[in-house]
Amino acid sequence: MQEVKSLIQEYVKVHGKARNNLLPLLQEIVQHENYLSEDALLEVAESLEIPSSEVYGTASFYTYLDTVPRGKYIIRLCRNISCMMQSQAEVLSTISLLLKIKVGETTTDRKFTLLQANCLGWCHKSPAMMINNEVFTELTPQKAVQIIKEYKEK
Amino acid sequence: MEKSLINLTINNIPVSVEDGSTILDAAHRINMHIPTLCYHPDLRVAGNCRVCVVELSGQKELVTACSTAVTEGMVVSTNSPKVRTARKTIVELLLSEHNADCTKCYRNGNCELQWLASEYRIGDHVYHDLVKEEEKLPDTSSSSIVKDDSKCVRCQRCVRTCTDMQGVGTFSVVSKGKKQKVSTFFGKSLKDVFCIDCGQCTSRCPTAALTEKPLYEEVWDALAEPQKHVVISATPSVRVAIGQELGFEYNKHSDAKIVAALKLLGFDTVVDSGYFNDIYIMELCTEFMLRMKQDNEEKNKKVLPFITSCSQGWVSFVRTLFPENEPLLSTCKSPGLIYGALIKTYYADKKALDSKDIITVSVTPCTAAKNETANGSSQGAAEVDYALTTRELVRMIRQSGIDIERLEPDVYDTLMSMHSGASVLTEVSGGTTEAVIRTLSELVTGNELSPEWLKINSLRGENGIKETTIKFTEVRAGWEFLKDKEIRFAVVNGSGNAAKFFNDLKENEHECHFVEVMVCHGGCIGGGGQPIPVSNELIKARSSVLYALDEVASVKKAHENVALNTVYREFLSKAEHQETQKILHY
Amino acid sequence: MELQSQKRIELIFSDYTSSKYKTLERTLERTPDDIISELMDSGLKGRGNVGFPTGMKWKFARREVSDTKYVICNANESETGTFKDREILERVPRKVLSGMAVCGYCIGAKKGIIYLRHEYGYMKEHILKELGIFHEHVRQFNFDFTIELFMGSGSYVSGEESALIESMEGYRAEPCNKPPFPVSRGLYGCPTVVNNVETFATAQVIFRIGAEEFLKLGTAYSAGSKLFSISGDTRNPGIHELELGTTIEDVVNEFGDKNIKSVQVGGASGYCIPQRLFAETVIGFEGLTTGGSMIFFNNTRSMYKLLHEYLRFFAEESCGLCTPCRVGTQQLLLGIEAVKKGEKPVTYIEVLKKLALNMKTSAKCGLGQSVANPFISILENFKEEILY
Repeated sequence: MQEVKSLIQEYVKVHGKARNNLLPLLQEIVQHENYLSEDALLEVAESLEIPSSEVYGTASFYTYLDTVPRGKYIIRLCRNISCMMQSQAEVLSTISLLLKIKVGETTTDRKFTLLQANCLGWCHKSPAMMINNEVFTELTPQKAVQIIKEYKEK
Repeated sequence: MEKSLINLTINNIPVSVEDGSTILDAAHRINMHIPTLCYHPDLRVAGNCRVCVVELSGQKELVTACSTAVTEGMVVSTNSPKVRTARKTIVELLLSEHNADCTKCYRNGNCELQWLASEYRIGDHVYHDLVKEEEKLPDTSSSSIVKDDSKCVRCQRCVRTCTDMQGVGTFSVVSKGKKQKVSTFFGKSLKDVFCIDCGQCTSRCPTAALTEKPLYEEVWDALAEPQKHVVISATPSVRVAIGQELGFEYNKHSDAKIVAALKLLGFDTVVDSGYFNDIYIMELCTEFMLRMKQDNEEKNKKVLPFITSCSQGWVSFVRTLFPENEPLLSTCKSPGLIYGALIKTYYADKKALDSKDIITVSVTPCTAAKNETANGSSQGAAEVDYALTTRELVRMIRQSGIDIERLEPDVYDTLMSMHSGASVLTEVSGGTTEAVIRTLSELVTGNELSPEWLKINSLRGENGIKETTIKFTEVRAGWEFLKDKEIRFAVVNGSGNAAKFFNDLKENEHECHFVEVMVCHGGCIGGGGQPIPVSNELIKARSSVLYALDEVASVKKAHENVALNTVYREFLSKAEHQETQKILHY
Repeated sequence: MELQSQKRIELIFSDYTSSKYKTLERTLERTPDDIISELMDSGLKGRGNVGFPTGMKWKFARREVSDTKYVICNANESETGTFKDREILERVPRKVLSGMAVCGYCIGAKKGIIYLRHEYGYMKEHILKELGIFHEHVRQFNFDFTIELFMGSGSYVSGEESALIESMEGYRAEPCNKPPFPVSRGLYGCPTVVNNVETFATAQVIFRIGAEEFLKLGTAYSAGSKLFSISGDTRNPGIHELELGTTIEDVVNEFGDKNIKSVQVGGASGYCIPQRLFAETVIGFEGLTTGGSMIFFNNTRSMYKLLHEYLRFFAEESCGLCTPCRVGTQQLLLGIEAVKKGEKPVTYIEVLKKLALNMKTSAKCGLGQSVANPFISILENFKEEILY
């Protein structure tokens, strides 16, 4: 928590307290911790002088600003129509079985979270997924397994 | 520069309004009713609910009347087939995400959604019921406010009220899409988040999503217990306002009838709240004088400005947002707590009653007062057992079937029934300050109050921050340091103005000696527990009634209330009641 | 306009490898009025789905009197099936930056901002590098215009221009009451032009080849060419630049697999065109608004699943502010499920149709207003699949 607190204070020192700093600051915290904790948001509220309810209300609007704890690697599998048409469901169930978690859950070692996302913009190379900020396309169940195994090794 | 006039037609009726007006403004001008929901005259325009959509000639999409500015030659239709079907659909959609069990609802009969449904003849619920079971469990964790998400129409009036108007920010809109709702920080219960219990949200909520925590059933129960002696005090703001709901116009004869009504409800004793307001003014004034003395003698210590604390919501506000100002707050308890404490000690003594058998009920325009009942007094029992809002008293009177205007007048209990004009003023923003100045002047100078200080106009009115400066040219012995000193009084009207005032004060290092803060705009007369609907006009009108009551009062100053002499002489000044400090101060 | 079979059009992705901002330099020597005039003559319409005439937008912003103005590039591409902006930014970012710079020059803005959706974060370094190069060049020809990058955080509705501005200012991406429009009061209350990535790139193309050349393509109402993100049952998925005014039939013939029964044009907020209407439907602003997504469905695909997926998408991505959209999207989704399962009678679909049409007239922004597009077009053309 101290790390995040310093991160926030540093950020405000450099960029100031104006409201338009809110989203970039929240993004930085997520980059660091993969989610926004209560403590982090309270610190942001105090530093930017915004009511804490508003900070939470703004953060909770955005899909990639998670306010619930996530694992180190967040797997987001695109669920929209073009990916659906290319056997996304198979890839999803393969990953789910491999990691032994359902969509929305995190592995017990806190390493992986499995989520679904709306159109990632790789429809011509579907199915597609993101793991944190990295993109993987033209997935097959085997390819997905391979990618996750590589992450497991990290 | 004068604004130009814009000419338009609404349903073929011509109307002219100032440039910058909305279609809704124009409709009001010709008394054409357009239904609204998220719109509220006290708050900035939202344009979210879409209930007020109207059709503009030549445009496919409908526009919201509340947010669309008029343009020259605009042709508006508020009742075309397109508008009618859209409006009906929107009301049906709202009902589908609403727990529409009206018979069990606190706002049954005074609910804006219910009105819309009845006006547009909504019959069978067409759509799927979207209310989740877990939403039907209201948040009752706070002692003042109840939040029921299953009744929320997402108008966001509460968000705008709490953040923009009150400067607090308890609520926010969270998530998006089907998960969107009005909530708090991480959806926590009200008792676990910053909330000053002012209840301004409850008086602007169109439904029962936010209400005060009702306690009138408990009061009915207390009234039914034969061995209990139930005492009630209703403040002037309450008495002036209940006419709105019960259909009578408050005038100088109304108080006596209201006393009669309260006795009919079953209360054993009805006391005049003004009596306790006067004690409060006395204590506040003398505390202020001592603080000024302290400031003069202890040059290194910051003891000014002296800040009032009778507004319970204000104390919460200071503790969270301006904790550095907490030591400057007055230690004086609010008139409500003074009432409770004196009834359970002095009054009990005088009437040979066991304080354990006394139940004190106070009716105020305030929802935060419900918190005060949680405090313990030195005697170990709560000073005030039940705090009711104006709305709850109205409900009790209605339930009893009483027609107030037909009652024979009755009188307050003789022991505690005198009040000064100043005591009435404490319920209006700026009035506490005026009341204090009246007493302060005579205590410091020893002379008759200067007539110009009987009506300090700069402390009256709607402004968010009001000020006046007083100078005493003659002073009594011991108060020489006040001679010719410019004593600055400031009034913060509504907690939404507090941040600006106190930040300015800190930055500019203004000299300010006395600050009165009321979290509710207009003062207690605009409290969060007053009848719904609430409006600036109503607050202004009711304030005028209070000012008029002061004008006709024969005794204008708190220290001239002779009834106070008795309680001070016989009780409050006695050594063993040094305890006075605990009865009257924290 | 004589339509030919799909000739290769390469206006957007061509002539790039040697881009040293020469066209930009040349364009900045013209007067703003001259540039805007050409843009208006070219008939260029916004490439982001709304299709507002670009020249007119720049003209309105130019007219506003303000010391500070902004140019915003809407790179929040989140419409399902759309990925053209991503490729433009990857392959020819300098065309976008040039377009933004010319816009800034014309309206009197010194600051440009690219609002890039979170999901395209992998190209952040690439964009920042390009911005560095851009700034070097404009410094060389003394043009005061800086462009910043602002990352989105995951919200489809941020593609709506007023919601995008809200997001940039640090708020929930909720659309605002209009008027005023962003060209009058936009970012921080200042006049702002918000245009799509492809719009800026195409504007730049027009400045290079001239309006006359651009007008040789397309129709009277839909000038020029446009990028299309093609996916689904196609043997050639990817970004393809097509002439506006081309019929769906020609597109399907060129790109579709066998037995294409429908094409969804414009993503979730677009229209579903059934096979029987392929020949008479042209891509352009005449009837369909098109953000450039085309998904092909063969006759094994379920149109119910398609509609269901779109309604689920809307119910999730709606900002939730206005009643018709927040509640209507949920009702439409639950409604078609109930009819399919037999929990509601088939006649209930008429109730839903009326609801969708009411959403079109009373919702606060384009998202809520567009839900009726896929709903009505899929329902009317594939009724049996939805009902039974």
